[in-house]
Amino acid sequence: MSNGQNGAELRLVTPGMAIGPLAGKRVGSGTIAQNDTIIATRLGWTKEFNNTVSVDPINSAYMPRSGDLIVAVVAEVRNNLWFMNVNGPFQGLLPMSLAPWKVEFGAARQHMGIGDVVLARVQEVDECHNVVLTMKGVGLRRLTQGTTVSVPINHIERLRGEGNATVQRLRDAADSRIIIGENGRVWIDGNAEGTAWARQAIALAEASGHKTTFEAELSALEQNAPKKGDA
Amino acid sequence: MGGYGDVRLLREDGLRLDGRKLDEMRPMTIEAGVLPAADGSAMVTHGLNVAVAAVYGPMEAHPRKIQRQDRAVIDVRYNMAPFSTSDRIRPGFNRRSREISKVTAEALESVVLCERYPRSKIRVEIEILAAEAGTRCAGLTAAAVALADAGIPMRDLIVGVASGKVEGIVVLDLDKAEDNYGQADLPVGILPNTGEIAFLQMDGDLSPDEYNLAMEYNFKAAAEIHEIMVDALKRRYEGGEN
Repeated sequence: MSNGQNGAELRLVTPGMAIGPLAGKRVGSGTIAQNDTIIATRLGWTKEFNNTVSVDPINSAYMPRSGDLIVAVVAEVRNNLWFMNVNGPFQGLLPMSLAPWKVEFGAARQHMGIGDVVLARVQEVDECHNVVLTMKGVGLRRLTQGTTVSVPINHIERLRGEGNATVQRLRDAADSRIIIGENGRVWIDGNAEGTAWARQAIALAEASGHKTTFEAELSALEQNAPKKGDA
Repeated sequence: MGGYGDVRLLREDGLRLDGRKLDEMRPMTIEAGVLPAADGSAMVTHGLNVAVAAVYGPMEAHPRKIQRQDRAVIDVRYNMAPFSTSDRIRPGFNRRSREISKVTAEALESVVLCERYPRSKIRVEIEILAAEAGTRCAGLTAAAVALADAGIPMRDLIVGVASGKVEGIVVLDLDKAEDNYGQADLPVGILPNTGEIAFLQMDGDLSPDEYNLAMEYNFKAAAEIHEIMVDALKRRYEGGEN
């Protein structure tokens, strides 16, 4: 969070709290301008970057954006499309034309049923929050093994780390495949010990991801990581 | 609320029956994030009142007829537990809980940036576990903290607080006896940073001067409660710098 921070005091703000005078600054996400004062609209940490003041929320719902890589769960199946739970306020729609298979009309159920988990990408989001997903693309597929865990979406960046360094550490320590969906769902595929350790590490990120102690706690947890080939 | 001539609510030394001054609030504590299953939650204890609020969403609004194309709807359900008072309350919605749910939803709609979530619904559940006058205010305060805890964008927090009149004298924060035998009750929802009023009800009669004094007490108490709310939210994420 401190990346790009330039001078603004980093502090926890609650909705309605004055962050500071507008004074030529731009209001970013999580803030509004009122009577020449920047007001926080969310509970979170203030951030100033490129003369824009914003609030990094501690909690927030996932709002899909075009291009997001997400782990979605099939919620409903129709003849020619699937409705997917994307861990957000609205279901996403996956039409058969954007599925990775050639699907006959009426045969959608033969490919994916309710509860199936997929790796998909957000193709399009309109102003009414209609979300269209696609599974056409490299690596996009139905996830037939492994497990998924949820993390608050504002902890995803922390879980990824600088240039995916943290998630790579988790992958190496757990000897598992780990994919972090932008929607706060993490897919883990590995042996039992590795998966259990990765779950622990993710739970740590969830509980302490916003704290300064996170890095030290994660390093301590790495000492207990299962040795490769233990399974 | 018309008052009972033979019931004494003020002591001879000018204090109230529970020893409070006229402009003194009952003790209040707030804890945020008490329910792990909810997106945001809070518990408020105010005197003997205990109110728990849970926020779920934003989520797709169902049934579709309640959806609004340009904004979210706030669905509030205020409920008093059957064991919350000395006389058992029949479970389920009644006229009073419907009214309080409605006015609470309208008060919250004035602070939540509903336009950020078109077609969606934010569900707020307020459960009164113990009641001793002022439950709608405690519920509103708990709901505001729970909404902030859930990360719902709001232009301000909202504080529920009440004043009233007993034995012809304006007092802050009525307790059960004062509420039952007093002459007026003035619950308000105040936006502490802007000083706006998002909700106001009045039961009984107050003269203009009495009303002004009651509002003065309410604003003073709202500032105190706001500090407790902010402290509760900060405590939940303490040590979270960076």
